[in-house]
Amino acid sequence: MFKKVLIANRGEIALRIIRTCREMGIKTVAVYSTADRDSLHVRFADEAICIGPPRGKDSYLNIQNIMAAAELTAADAIHPGYGFLAENAVFAETCAKYGIKFIGPTAAHIRAMGDKITAKETMIKAGVPCIPGSDGLIESIADAKRLAKKIGYPVILKATAGGGGKGMRIVREESEIERAFNTAKTEAGAAFGNDGMYVEKFIEEPHHIEIQVAGDQYGGATHLSERDCSVQRRHQKLVEEAPSPFIDEKIRKKMGDAAVKAVEAIKYESVGTIEFLVDKHKNFYFMEMNTRIQVEHPVTEEVMDFDFIKEQILIASGQKISGVKYFPDKMHAIECRVNAEDPFNNFAPSPGKITALHTPKGYGVRVDTHIYAGYTIPPYYDSLLAKVICRAKTREECIVKMRRSMQEFIIEGVKTTIPFHLALIENAEFRSGNYDTGLLDRFDFVSAMREMKSE
Amino acid sequence: MVSKSNISGLKIKQGDFEIKISNKGDEVYTNGVPVAVQQMPVFQPQTVTSTVAQPTPAEATAAKQDAEPANSFTFKSPMIGTFYRKPTPDKDVFVKVGDVIKNGDVLCVIEAMKLFNEIEFDGGEGRVIKILAEDSSPVEYDQPLFLIEKVN
Repeated sequence: MFKKVLIANRGEIALRIIRTCREMGIKTVAVYSTADRDSLHVRFADEAICIGPPRGKDSYLNIQNIMAAAELTAADAIHPGYGFLAENAVFAETCAKYGIKFIGPTAAHIRAMGDKITAKETMIKAGVPCIPGSDGLIESIADAKRLAKKIGYPVILKATAGGGGKGMRIVREESEIERAFNTAKTEAGAAFGNDGMYVEKFIEEPHHIEIQVAGDQYGGATHLSERDCSVQRRHQKLVEEAPSPFIDEKIRKKMGDAAVKAVEAIKYESVGTIEFLVDKHKNFYFMEMNTRIQVEHPVTEEVMDFDFIKEQILIASGQKISGVKYFPDKMHAIECRVNAEDPFNNFAPSPGKITALHTPKGYGVRVDTHIYAGYTIPPYYDSLLAKVICRAKTREECIVKMRRSMQEFIIEGVKTTIPFHLALIENAEFRSGNYDTGLLDRFDFVSAMREMKSE
Repeated sequence: MVSKSNISGLKIKQGDFEIKISNKGDEVYTNGVPVAVQQMPVFQPQTVTSTVAQPTPAEATAAKQDAEPANSFTFKSPMIGTFYRKPTPDKDVFVKVGDVIKNGDVLCVIEAMKLFNEIEFDGGEGRVIKILAEDSSPVEYDQPLFLIEKVN
């Protein structure tokens, strides 16, 4: 087992990893930029080392600095968390080259699934249902028009190197496609350094339902059922739950089997997630695979009583997957992401000093966070403040608990999305359990929040 | 901060980590203990009265002691790696105490991942008063390396 793990990340996930390492008797090294000097992960790691100035590219994204830190502290493994270098094949390769274990899949796995077009080809070969679309990159506007006509409008143009909603455009008719193609291409080039585009059928009212998976170096592969992540704003997840209220045992089995096929097809090692889009007829289509731990992993942990970070570390150290199966009718869990953003003002970022803090507690309430009273949120990184995960025997009880938790949650000094979550919990569509990724386009949450305020 | 209290100076020692604070301003000086073996102090008041605020862990932002000339500043490490005062073990140090330096002068080499980076001075013109990091020791980004007195 590893003696010392360096966490190449920050914020709540760095703390999360430190906690599990502590429990496993593994020493921890925190790396931090000068903007994160007062961050909690720096305090709680066994050692901490400053690797650069605030900007990501000079610190958390800087492979050389992180490897130097690992070398200086004699770390024998690196956990990349999520975001930053978690899906950077060059980083995984560099770790391997220097004999430091990257706690995650291999560079080959990352590459295979990182390029969306290659990933899709691999999945089609493995017999995993995929969204009808172009076989490769779109060569020209004429090509785009031809493909779109063949697939049938509406279509969506997507960047092959994409993520986080960038380089994507929905096109409903041919007259729109030229402009959409050009702007998406430009955006993709700027965001990812790669402006390659492909096109797919746009699934209307899709449900984003993902399957948690795990694989090991011995060919072991398993799935740990689904999370419903359909509550999204501009392709960013805000709320997740398990099990999905939209699918039943039959669909779960089909999706789970497809996900295992995907893991076996690439001989995937470590934990990961296969994201599917499910249409209103419950047909499911492979969208992409995330070859890392996800932000919303606690939702599955809570319904399964399972530590995914521990599983990652065990798999990385050469052990077989635990092979745990998930039994969906035991528990339900919902996670709300609380961000430092103003939901009354188009979710404008709100960095600053937290002057007062009280996190919700009590039975069935878990809060994963790095913030504390007196902490100043730096403006350089993401706006995630805390993840509140509620767990109960039924979805209804979960919702009641989430309402109580959001009412109890006090953060002063910065604007947060707590009012948004309080409004969402009362939304009829969300409550029905049958909601798709278009929910927030339909839900006038600003009015709902205002009404709640005046009550 | 310390300057608001009536304490004229104090010293905190916790394991290998030591802080000395003087009340001639808000600056803090730490001795050059290699970062890698440091235990990070947590939020606890130690043997200090509660009127003294805890300094942020480990890093000095400037160094100014009672005996130091006004008009000195620290030159901090621009990268993380191993700090070497000599270009090769058999040669002499790049700079020693008393040397006058100017922009572009190489002060040291910092090695990371087998790449050796020559670190150039960029603080104008100055005289080296003190070496703040040990030769062949690991240094982190922003760690104080040299105490320089401004000349002109």
